Amino acid sequence: MKISRLLEVLDGELVCGERFLDNEVLWGFASDLMSDVLTLDTDKLVLVTGLNNLQTIRTAEMADIECVVFVRNKKILPPMIEIASEHEMVLIECRFSMFGAIARLYEAGLKPVY
Amino acid sequence: MKFKYEIEGGNFSKAGNASSAVKKILKQLNVPPAIIKKLVVALYEGEVNVVAHAWNGCIHVDIEADRIFVSIEDEGPGIPDIEQAMQEGYSTASQAVREMGFGAGMGLPNMKKNADYLNVKSEVGKGTTVEIITFLK
Ligand SMILES: Nc1ncnc2c1ncn2[C@@H]1O[C@H](COP(=O)(O)OP(=O)(O)O)[C@@H](O)[C@H]1O
Ligand SMILES: [Mg+2]
Repeated sequence: MKISRLLEVLDGELVCGERFLDNEVLWGFASDLMSDVLTLDTDKLVLVTGLNNLQTIRTAEMADIECVVFVRNKKILPPMIEIASEHEMVLIECRFSMFGAIARLYEAGLKPVY
Repeated sequence: MKFKYEIEGGNFSKAGNASSAVKKILKQLNVPPAIIKKLVVALYEGEVNVVAHAWNGCIHVDIEADRIFVSIEDEGPGIPDIEQAMQEGYSTASQAVREMGFGAGMGLPNMKKNADYLNVKSEVGKGTTVEIITFLK
């Protein structure tokens, strides 16, 4: 699905990466554990997380993840936006729980990595 | 081509800066993305380990025509039992490290998986050196 559709499904708040809303994502992975995220080898992946710190963005950068959704109303902080913009990432805030967000994305057709 | 980066133990706001800089260089050198990813994932886990477990350290990167050599050296408590540390799930990480999204004992195993060659040397009370080689062909 296009990231714009994902944003709609999650009733999310786009925080950065407006230029990339037409990019496609196919796979979803949800975790607050960055070491788990770093074991993946999947393109067109959305990371769904409740961990709102710089390491989440650094992890996405190293793992070539272009879209990160922050659940449970976690706020994306300015230094996170700075690095994310530099690396052309889309960051989205959403008010749903992890479970709620994933359920919606799954229903909309996003596939689990495993 | 040789590069060197300093790492501050305990400073999570800077963790990843060195790995990010290395990634940028490898991209500029047109290294294939899959190779870059393997190397920087291993490097980043190593950098986080220095921040999480040691006092300070540095990363040396040596890029040659057919391989990239990385060494992550730190001054710190060292690892008493390297074999145990290499096990998935073994971790002595603090709560603060866990809150950063690390400390599940996956770092070293993940580094081993992503490196073509990995060697860990350590002396208790002195420090740890992790060497990684990634082949470019
Ligand atoms: N540079 C280091 N200095 C001291 N101890 C380390 C270092 N790197 C790893 N360790 C030890 O090895 C354990 C396992 O490391 P790792 O697999 O990266 O998991 P984690 O960092 O999540 O604990 C750590 O918890 C720590 O006890
Ligand atoms: Mg680690």
